[in-house]
Amino acid sequence: MAKLNVNPTRMELTNLNKKLKTARRGHKLLKDKRDELMRQFIELVRENKELRRQVEQGIAQANAHMSVARSVMSDESIDIALMIPMQEMSLEITEKNVMSVMIPVYESKFRTADENDIYSYGFAFTSCDLDDAVKSLSDIMPLMLRLAEVEKSCQLMASEIEKTRRRVNALEHVMIPQYEETIKYIKMKLDENERGTITRLMKVKDMMLAEAHNYDQK
Amino acid sequence: MYKIAVMGDKDSIYGFASIGLDIFPVYEPQVAIKTLRRIVDGGYAVIYITEQLATQIESELDRYRSLPTPAIIPIPGVVGNTGLGMRNVSKSVEQAVGSDILSDA
Repeated sequence: MAKLNVNPTRMELTNLNKKLKTARRGHKLLKDKRDELMRQFIELVRENKELRRQVEQGIAQANAHMSVARSVMSDESIDIALMIPMQEMSLEITEKNVMSVMIPVYESKFRTADENDIYSYGFAFTSCDLDDAVKSLSDIMPLMLRLAEVEKSCQLMASEIEKTRRRVNALEHVMIPQYEETIKYIKMKLDENERGTITRLMKVKDMMLAEAHNYDQK
Repeated sequence: MYKIAVMGDKDSIYGFASIGLDIFPVYEPQVAIKTLRRIVDGGYAVIYITEQLATQIESELDRYRSLPTPAIIPIPGVVGNTGLGMRNVSKSVEQAVGSDILSDA
């Protein structure tokens, strides 16, 4: 049943009219929010896909170098070479507010002053393929960070869009029709009451006139 | 100050140690879930995880989808690209739009 269970009174009618107005306004605002979120989301998703393609390619390349390094060096020597890392990377997170969705912005920090300080081994006893592997990973790192940022933003925005979409739909297809129907019902009921009163008054008036002028005795 | 973690089989993630990320070699899904929970509590904001491992603990990863931190990002391991990463992106689109309108296929 689409009609709300309320008493058909004028006070209810005023209240419902106010609620309907608020609902319409909320609907419009939420719809705008949804549309803007969607626009930004689509842009982010495009970037996300592009970044992911690049990163996956980069990692594949690094892995290829690594496999070659593994085949020319013994496992132990690779383990030793990479055992104690020189560099340490940490993140500062700031948040950016996009249509009330807080999306993260990462900023990387390095322990050593030179961020290219990535080779944790002497070059004498290691294969150059290991250097290549480490180098290609380091090259892809800024992209990987950006990917993390974008992908997380996408996930956060997706759930926000889902929520907003549900709200918009609930307002559009449930709340607003419900209010409209109830308002119509109350108006009809009030009109009907009024007509009832008028007919009754007319009838009473007729009866009183009849009594006063003695119509029935003619 | 947050840190970055890499999870997966040792061969896939070893190189990341040299560029300053913390690596957590794990093979078993059960161990991975435990490790993941420990990492999340340990102040890591970004966690890269090999697709191979990610497919095995997908339901666990889904728990972190709508949280602001950490960002869990699947990356291809040595065994190659399983397409999970792209599927994840499509999943976001599907969640937001209702159907995957941006798929290339």
